[in-house]
Amino acid sequence: MMESADNQEPLVRIRDLRFSRGNRVIFDGVDIDIPRGKVTAIMGPSGTGKTTLLKLIGGQLRPSSGTIHVDGQNIHRLGNRDLYKLRMRMGMLFQSGALLTDISVFENVAYPLNEHTDLPPSMIRKLVLLKLEAVGLRGARDLMPSELSGGMARRVALARAMVLDPMMIMYDEPFTGQDPISMGVLVELIRSLNDASRLSSIIVSHDVHETAAIADLIYVISNGKVIESGPPESMMDSKSAWTRQFMQGLADGPVPFHYPAAELADDLLEGAC
Amino acid sequence: MLDSLARLGRIGIGVLERLGRGHLLLLGMLRGVTDLLPRPGLLIKQIYSVGVLSILIISVSGLFVGMVLGLQGYYILSQFGAEQTLGVMVAASLVRELGPVVAALLFAGRAGSALTAEIGLMKATEQLSGLEMMAVDPVRRVLTPRFFAGFISMPLLAALFSALGVIGGYFVGVGLLGVDDGAFWAQMQAKIDLHEDVFNGAIKSVVFGLVCTWIALFQGFDAIPTSEGVSRATTRTVVHSSLAVLGLDFILTALMFGD
Repeated sequence: MMESADNQEPLVRIRDLRFSRGNRVIFDGVDIDIPRGKVTAIMGPSGTGKTTLLKLIGGQLRPSSGTIHVDGQNIHRLGNRDLYKLRMRMGMLFQSGALLTDISVFENVAYPLNEHTDLPPSMIRKLVLLKLEAVGLRGARDLMPSELSGGMARRVALARAMVLDPMMIMYDEPFTGQDPISMGVLVELIRSLNDASRLSSIIVSHDVHETAAIADLIYVISNGKVIESGPPESMMDSKSAWTRQFMQGLADGPVPFHYPAAELADDLLEGAC
Repeated sequence: MLDSLARLGRIGIGVLERLGRGHLLLLGMLRGVTDLLPRPGLLIKQIYSVGVLSILIISVSGLFVGMVLGLQGYYILSQFGAEQTLGVMVAASLVRELGPVVAALLFAGRAGSALTAEIGLMKATEQLSGLEMMAVDPVRRVLTPRFFAGFISMPLLAALFSALGVIGGYFVGVGLLGVDDGAFWAQMQAKIDLHEDVFNGAIKSVVFGLVCTWIALFQGFDAIPTSEGVSRATTRTVVHSSLAVLGLDFILTALMFGD
């Protein structure tokens, strides 16, 4: 706990993280520092284990080796009670929103308060309405999750993630499958909430432009390693051809467009015989 | 040869791992009772969806099974001039065997499959992960109330099944086939033993309730979080529960009534 008072210490410190699923190596010696008060993006192509990284930070998965310190505490060494106590200070926005489908929007946002506090119902109502107002959905409080669009569901989930006033929020692919308006709203919300509530944000995404627009720091990961890190501007003009290809969405580069195969002519001729 | 041995070993380890996970889940749910006691509302809501919503199928099935017993019993017993004992035959069959077993099979099909699908879908849509990240233990908060709801509902449903079965048997035997009303009830009252028949039947239904609900919740919780995974888990719930009920029924019957 002494370390938590030291604001110079990164909020999340990942060292030599290794993680495998069966024979497939997902992370092979990853070092990441997530600074306090900033929006940090973790980017990489699909299937590089970005969501897995968030689950490792949240203590839902255990690494094969290496350490993850969150606010000075080694999250995988904590007992259940301490882990849950730490999670109360961590919000997470899942890709699907992960709202409880059998209760209304209002009850979803009130859920963490009902579970973890003894606040009177009138106070809970005020807090929930304020959080829903912040995401622009106060008027949707009586709707059921099935009545929400994908973008609205994520905003409700964001209100729920914020309701306990956490120190950090982790966003899992927040921009995937959003229409331009919802996307713009979410991009704006993430940045403004981070600054207004003095949060620290971690965004896991492969939407380069939206993420680069609001991130203070970007880590690019691929093949189980951190390829490069730095502020968005420097990443766009990176010396690494791989990073440039990813950040600028180029078809030609170190990552081939074609899955390895025999020569096209040979393949076609083989069928003709 | 070595390959098939290795495969056999892997299957064995897989089965043991699942058994281990299943027992850990059961332990977690039993421990969760401390969270459930201060919040009975959670339990009542689940008793409604697991138990109350199963009443219709259990009632109708019980009535028809009793009516069939009345018909079949009458034709056999009347050959020996023993149709007056129809009440005993119907009641003993229902209370000892058919009530707990058929009610459990119906319970597995109606409530068990619904539980598996619900928990499996909650897993597939990240609702369980979401709860964990909100520092809420999904086993205690989501599974425990459902487990105790099944555990409490199943014996009551089995009792309802047997009671309606007896009424069905009475309706056919006395109402349609002309068995003496007084003899039907008097013989039943005289021959059905509270401990030997009713109590043993109740024990069976408690065991079946525990096993069916446990299997259903474990299959949902352990399901692969895809639509195919949830569908397979739901099928497994019905198959495993049915086999478990029939196998356990034999063991319990042997223990209770065997000499």
